Amino acid sequence: MNRRFWVYIEQEDGKAHQVSWELLGVARRLADEIKDELEKTGDTALVEGVLVGHQMDEVAREALHFGADNVYVVDDPAAKHYLNKPYTEVLTHLVKKHQPEVMLVGATTLGRDLAGAVATSVGTGLTADTTHLAMGSPKEGQPKLLMATRPAFGGNVIATILCRNHRPQMATVRPRVFPMPSRLAEAKSNIIHEDITITPDMVNAEIVEIITKKGSDVKVDYADVIVAGGRGLGNAKGFELLQQLATELGGVVGASRACVDAHWISYDHQVGQTGKTVRPKLYIAAGISGAIQHKVGMQESDFILAINRDPNAPIFEIASMGIVGDLYEVIPSMINQIRALKEAQHVH
Amino acid sequence: MFHALVSIKQVPDTTNIRIDPETNNLIRQGVPTILNPYDAHAVAAAVEWKRKLNGKVTIITMGPPAAITSLRECIEMGADRAILISDRAFAGADTWATSYVLTEVIQAVHKEDPLDLIFFGKQAIDGDTAQVGPGVAVRLDLPVVTYAVKIHEVNTAEKFVVIERKTESRNEVIKAKLPAVMTCEKEIADIPYASLPDLVYSLRYEPEVWTTEGPITFDPAQLGLKGSPTTVFRTGTPEKHKAGEVLKTAETGVDVAVKTAFDKILEVEGVASMLGVQR
Repeated sequence: MNRRFWVYIEQEDGKAHQVSWELLGVARRLADEIKDELEKTGDTALVEGVLVGHQMDEVAREALHFGADNVYVVDDPAAKHYLNKPYTEVLTHLVKKHQPEVMLVGATTLGRDLAGAVATSVGTGLTADTTHLAMGSPKEGQPKLLMATRPAFGGNVIATILCRNHRPQMATVRPRVFPMPSRLAEAKSNIIHEDITITPDMVNAEIVEIITKKGSDVKVDYADVIVAGGRGLGNAKGFELLQQLATELGGVVGASRACVDAHWISYDHQVGQTGKTVRPKLYIAAGISGAIQHKVGMQESDFILAINRDPNAPIFEIASMGIVGDLYEVIPSMINQIRALKEAQHVH
Repeated sequence: MFHALVSIKQVPDTTNIRIDPETNNLIRQGVPTILNPYDAHAVAAAVEWKRKLNGKVTIITMGPPAAITSLRECIEMGADRAILISDRAFAGADTWATSYVLTEVIQAVHKEDPLDLIFFGKQAIDGDTAQVGPGVAVRLDLPVVTYAVKIHEVNTAEKFVVIERKTESRNEVIKAKLPAVMTCEKEIADIPYASLPDLVYSLRYEPEVWTTEGPITFDPAQLGLKGSPTTVFRTGTPEKHKAGEVLKTAETGVDVAVKTAFDKILEVEGVASMLGVQR
């Protein structure tokens, strides 16, 4: 028997969303976690991608480089753009046909829209926004289940959720919660074309216009360096100073929710529970007190430097290093010192 | 006549929740419950279109009797009818079992008085799942537009709606057949000030209470904990990260603190090369 670990490969305009590769990495780890059971039963674990769209071969091949054993492809001109009902029907059909044990979907706007519909249509359980996933026995000796852990109550509590009697065990995961797996030079396996067409009865809505946002090229979730500001900046102008430092460090500017609510900066920059989850190499938190809702969005950063006037600010609890002081003194000093460091390199 | 239904939830105000540092338990005492903020904007949008099209708004919620406060708040905003779906048998429902109950109720309301638009907030701030709206749409086999930011047009004669939704990278304008389900962002409508007649009406308003006893019947196997595919295995508090060194500029001076910080930052794997600086 094959035990299938599925990942929904999300694409928009023929480009894969990076969260799909992150999830292939997770699926591979989950498959490895049941090796002991496989040895006993002689079953095989397969990591498989599912891809719906039109002319997606390149994306499918890329999925194989990120460790998928198989990629199921549904290609139909009517599936060029995502729409809830046709995509839900196609995935429901595939799930019923192949009976995966686990199915992971990115917790993007598209993924959340789709996963909730597919879970209902298939009749199974779905855990949203998981931050930790493992295959484990709820009781010793019992078969392993997907242990899906997620924050609740604004990040104040974490809960581990099981889906005992229904399959697949579904979970959504926000981008950047898990690291990118390394890309394999060789793609070892198969692209399987599924012969499904989208019939008119599957279509109950159409996209009449696509409005591309201006100035939304800030990719705070995939930045390696983030210089983030909070209420402690005092005003919108403070972000100009942070932008200078971010530019010197080759990074982008992030913000706490308070600043976005105060219209100091646009929502694209918001980090935290209601904004983006980030995991940069370097996160500089300037004037951010560190409410739990902010921390859950950035605590996986490799190095967190917190700058705050209040020595009791909760942000210091998770900071790799803290500076208690005035950010309007600290940030300019940082700009000067990084410039000096770079200049010294050029001289030598 | 235009008829909108809004499904709302009363939630603990998560911004006020604290953890007892000794027992690690959630301190629920004294935490106010509020109408889920996204739902409030959904109600505002429904009322706005009711006024434009001379229609009617029905509010439903599944929850404890205390949720009546939130229903009254919706009446105050201009809704016409409110139904509390409350029964011990519903307790412990996950999103799947919740969407079952809501679907049954929505179908009953629709039978009495056909619906055009069914509104949800994009998610509830206590669970943050965003699953119930799409789940109900699938059960009803209706189009769903999630993350809606603007209603461009509601055409009850030709039975379609044009709604703008927001994704990470763009906005999409979607034309869907009526009746349709939508889940709303806050931009969908501003919360109106209550008019005096609505305010007075809400004070005396008694919501209908629907239970497993009636007026409609539910399949007991699909209710509450028993009807939920997912169960909570365990709960805990988030892992605490280890705090690093903290320097005070008042003691070390600004430049020394910053230099110490850079020394550490450049030790982080990949950072020095990324910045083009040698250690």
